[in-house]
Amino acid sequence: MNFSRRARALHWSGTAVTLAFIYFPLAIIALYAFNSSRVQRWPIDGLSTKWVDAALHNPGARDALLTSIKVALMATGVALVLGSLAAFAVARYNFFGRNTISFLVVIPIAMPGIVTGMALNSAFREAPLIGGVNLGLLTIVISHATFCIVLVYNNVIARLRRMSGHLEEASADLGAHPLQTFRYVTFPTIRSALLAGGLLAFALSFDEIIVTIFTAGSTQTLPIWILQNYSRPNQGPIVNAVGLFAILLSIIPVYLAQRLTEGEAVARGSTGAAAAAAK
Amino acid sequence: MIDTGASTGTATRTRTDRVIDPIARVLRGRRWLQVSLLLAAPVAWLVVAYLGALAVMLFNGLWRFDLGNQVVIEDISTENFRELLTSDTYWTITLRTVGMAFAVTVTCAVLAFPIAFTMAKVATPRQRRLLLVAVLLPLWASYVVKVYAWRTILAEEGVLNWMLDPFGMSGPGTGGNGLIGIWLTFTYLWLPFMILPIYAGLERIPDSLFDASSDLGASPVTTFRKVILPMAFPSVVAGSIFTFSLTMGDYITPRLVSSSQFIGNVIYDNLGVAGNLPFAAAYASFPLVVMTAYLLVARRLGAFENL
Repeated sequence: MNFSRRARALHWSGTAVTLAFIYFPLAIIALYAFNSSRVQRWPIDGLSTKWVDAALHNPGARDALLTSIKVALMATGVALVLGSLAAFAVARYNFFGRNTISFLVVIPIAMPGIVTGMALNSAFREAPLIGGVNLGLLTIVISHATFCIVLVYNNVIARLRRMSGHLEEASADLGAHPLQTFRYVTFPTIRSALLAGGLLAFALSFDEIIVTIFTAGSTQTLPIWILQNYSRPNQGPIVNAVGLFAILLSIIPVYLAQRLTEGEAVARGSTGAAAAAAK
Repeated sequence: MIDTGASTGTATRTRTDRVIDPIARVLRGRRWLQVSLLLAAPVAWLVVAYLGALAVMLFNGLWRFDLGNQVVIEDISTENFRELLTSDTYWTITLRTVGMAFAVTVTCAVLAFPIAFTMAKVATPRQRRLLLVAVLLPLWASYVVKVYAWRTILAEEGVLNWMLDPFGMSGPGTGGNGLIGIWLTFTYLWLPFMILPIYAGLERIPDSLFDASSDLGASPVTTFRKVILPMAFPSVVAGSIFTFSLTMGDYITPRLVSSSQFIGNVIYDNLGVAGNLPFAAAYASFPLVVMTAYLLVARRLGAFENL
């Protein structure tokens, strides 16, 4: 598009201000992680790496990190299976209620976190027929998987729609087995979409706290550990350092997912948005 | 790659083939059976784990809590809902939450438009990719840490007061009702959710429409009002689903940044501190109803094609 020099300058300065707004708090946290003082005031007294070091050797934080990774891996696994099954059905078949499936997949992420959290808490405690289950690792996995499905679904369905079903028919016509068609035709085309959806699901689960608190019982994920330790006296500096790690750890999978689906930027952009909505 | 597969397939019949072949024969041509098998697990999961949970919650809202004996009484009454609808305290909290969700949504839309427009229409493809990553990454950076960052920024000895001090001003702080601090934090947290759909919507508007509009004598402002805004509106609605829903469902930001009570805080305290599951469940049905209505309206406005 052709814009006047002035219009261009105006647009870019607006963009710069917004980006500054977006990155300013992250920069503050990064700086506080290297604060030499225990007291969190501005301007900071000096720089030191002692809190980063302490964070790396904090057993509570390490256990919470492991729990978070375990939960995220399991939730991602469930989401990968369920999300791609639903995506195949909707992309490759015509049936009554097809639009309802797309809606059903989105609801868990579109509902306010407090509703999802409260509903799952109610259901786990008062589970009909089995009289309730104990809150813990498994209930966190179930709740995370429920709102992670949409990420895999969106990525896979976008890919399936771009790739024509004729390739699969051609493969069958040439005498390939259904399994061979899947292995040599379908799977290679959706592989990077699966990976991207999986990475986003992992990042979402890793970072989630609003629903998690309602379904965790006494299990501590990393966000819960961070929240609890922020409110403890004298823990501030260590938590800032842990927080910096948490930021880096959730950004890496998203960056990789972004690279994997370059060219489908628009589709994935909004998928990314949908993703974090589950919080 | 395909011929490699075909040759191994026809050369020897493996054990997998012996299992797969009969299944494939049953499935061949029976599209309804194929769809049912594909959908069985995901639909069962979503209906049982999600819709089922919502149903249990709505049902639990009809139970009562005996404050004296601290026990849940499992018989049906509308007591919780009656209390929620007649108490001024709860009405204030409900309206505060919905009002905040509305204010945050409007602010995000206003802030998101310029950057989304730059991304979609002004930037070169390379710049666009960089901007997209720049907006996307902080969206995923640890939520709790971002909220806490705002708590330290807004604090008495925080960076905001330090910056405003030379001008004889001070920030909204974290004391008092802290609504301005909450509004700032929410706007910060959910802004990328608004930028991304608006960007996607603007990108779909053909450049020729801008030229046509100006050729017909429209000023940039008129083009914005009469061409861009109406065409981008469904994507604004799409973004607003997130900003509205996320604000309404959050209880951590209000607690960390101020002392104001939102719907989420009341639910959390009733469940965690008081153990009053029925009342918490009853109150949670309120954001459920509001958001369901919101989604139905958003669908009519065409927002779902922009998600």
